[in-house]
Amino acid sequence: MAYLKHIGKYFMMLSQVFKRPQKGRVFKEALFKEFDELGIKSIGIVIFISFFIGGVIALQTALNIENPLIPKYLVGFATKRSVILEFAPTFCSIILAGKVGSYITSSIGSMRVSEQIDALEVMGINSLNYLVLPKVLATVFFYPFLVVLAMFLGIFGGWVAGFTSSMFSEIDYTQGLQLDFNPFLVQYAIIKTLIFAFLIATVPSYHGYYVKGGSIAVGKASTQAVVWTIILIVISNYFLTQLLLT
Amino acid sequence: MIIVDKLYKGFNGIQVLKGISTTFKPGKTSLIIGQSGSGKTVFLKSLIGLHTPESGTISFNGGINTEFTTEQKRQWRQEIGMVFQGSALFDSQTVQDNVMFPLKMFKKQSEEQMLERVNFVLKRVNLENSNFKFPAELSGGMQKRVAIARAIVMNPKYLFCDEPNSGLDPNTAILIDNLIQEITDEYKITTVINTHDMNSVMQIGDKIVFLKDGVKAWEGTNKEIFKTDNEAVVKFVYSSELFKKVRLTYLNETK
Repeated sequence: MAYLKHIGKYFMMLSQVFKRPQKGRVFKEALFKEFDELGIKSIGIVIFISFFIGGVIALQTALNIENPLIPKYLVGFATKRSVILEFAPTFCSIILAGKVGSYITSSIGSMRVSEQIDALEVMGINSLNYLVLPKVLATVFFYPFLVVLAMFLGIFGGWVAGFTSSMFSEIDYTQGLQLDFNPFLVQYAIIKTLIFAFLIATVPSYHGYYVKGGSIAVGKASTQAVVWTIILIVISNYFLTQLLLT
Repeated sequence: MIIVDKLYKGFNGIQVLKGISTTFKPGKTSLIIGQSGSGKTVFLKSLIGLHTPESGTISFNGGINTEFTTEQKRQWRQEIGMVFQGSALFDSQTVQDNVMFPLKMFKKQSEEQMLERVNFVLKRVNLENSNFKFPAELSGGMQKRVAIARAIVMNPKYLFCDEPNSGLDPNTAILIDNLIQEITDEYKITTVINTHDMNSVMQIGDKIVFLKDGVKAWEGTNKEIFKTDNEAVVKFVYSSELFKKVRLTYLNETK
């Protein structure tokens, strides 16, 4: 029953979030701030992780191809597919759920326990709309770019791994990348990212907004928010894959 | 004027406010006092609309707040200034941005006009050179003054303060009390303060409402509180030796 209550409360929260902002100028300022906090400041970790994971995928694939009948260009092909289909959209979203999710919950939760949200409400401001909508728009519009960046860097990381380890040639890797390229897979990855971005913004906001207690409660809410966001990303990933690829 | 009529409010089956009725007049500073758990904060939060009463009404200049239309509610919200116990300043914004925030949200003014108003209220609370400081860089007293500046920047008709002196040294507490009193007189605001501070009770209490277990146990002025024989009030207000002596001196002098 408690889960049903949370689900209902979450959707009621969304109904308040998706309302017309009270003041365009203030909303624009908040939106750009969130682009910076949730998007620009996440570029570094996405670059770092995607480059190295791409390298590891290429090396692992090359190491596991022992049969001389299997062509070496399979390394490039497998790296491309793994990065585009799963690593860039899902793995990056899980990383962002940890980084951004805990930031969102703790920032909104701190505002709740220090009565800043009450102050907004007393002023007559729709606090959910003011606090959450810019976060949702910032993540939904920015994360597809991050994921596309992760795709390029992951594939580049694989190329660099081959170049430095001499386990496969540059020509084989490039041939694998060009083999059977299906643009729909990129679309699929971006559709997934949009859903994950929405979850990354709204689930931690829910946990932060309704937190009760003090700083310990905010810490616990941050942990819960990250865990639930990851669970929901994994579940929705399964259903989206079934829906879009089968 | 605020008229509270038979206000009831409870949470999870526990009744916190049990039929409180009282009136708060414009240009007067009214204090709500009572022990911890007596229902003061719930009462104040009901007044500002953060809690919806179970029954009873709160009317603001004749209009009952729970019956307001969306537009009336929006208008009413802009007539309210609130100073929270912990100041509730926005951490990520400077003093200037904190005070300008309500203007940005609700006024159609140029940046210059808003800045002029912000500087005026900051000067009024004696914080002229702190525009670009963040709340974390201010002392508790300064934070309270910024909170007061933010509360009055929209020229409110009603000012509510939740324990404005808590955590402040006696000197700063008196400064804050005097500031609130001056602003109330100057702009003829209806001010309601939730407090534990007995100095405030003696100094600025044009009207005092004493709550006990969610019931209004006594009300009167700061002069009348010296003479009251209400057992609960005497026990609460004159619990310290100092205030017992103050009371005795006052009663001897006015005999």
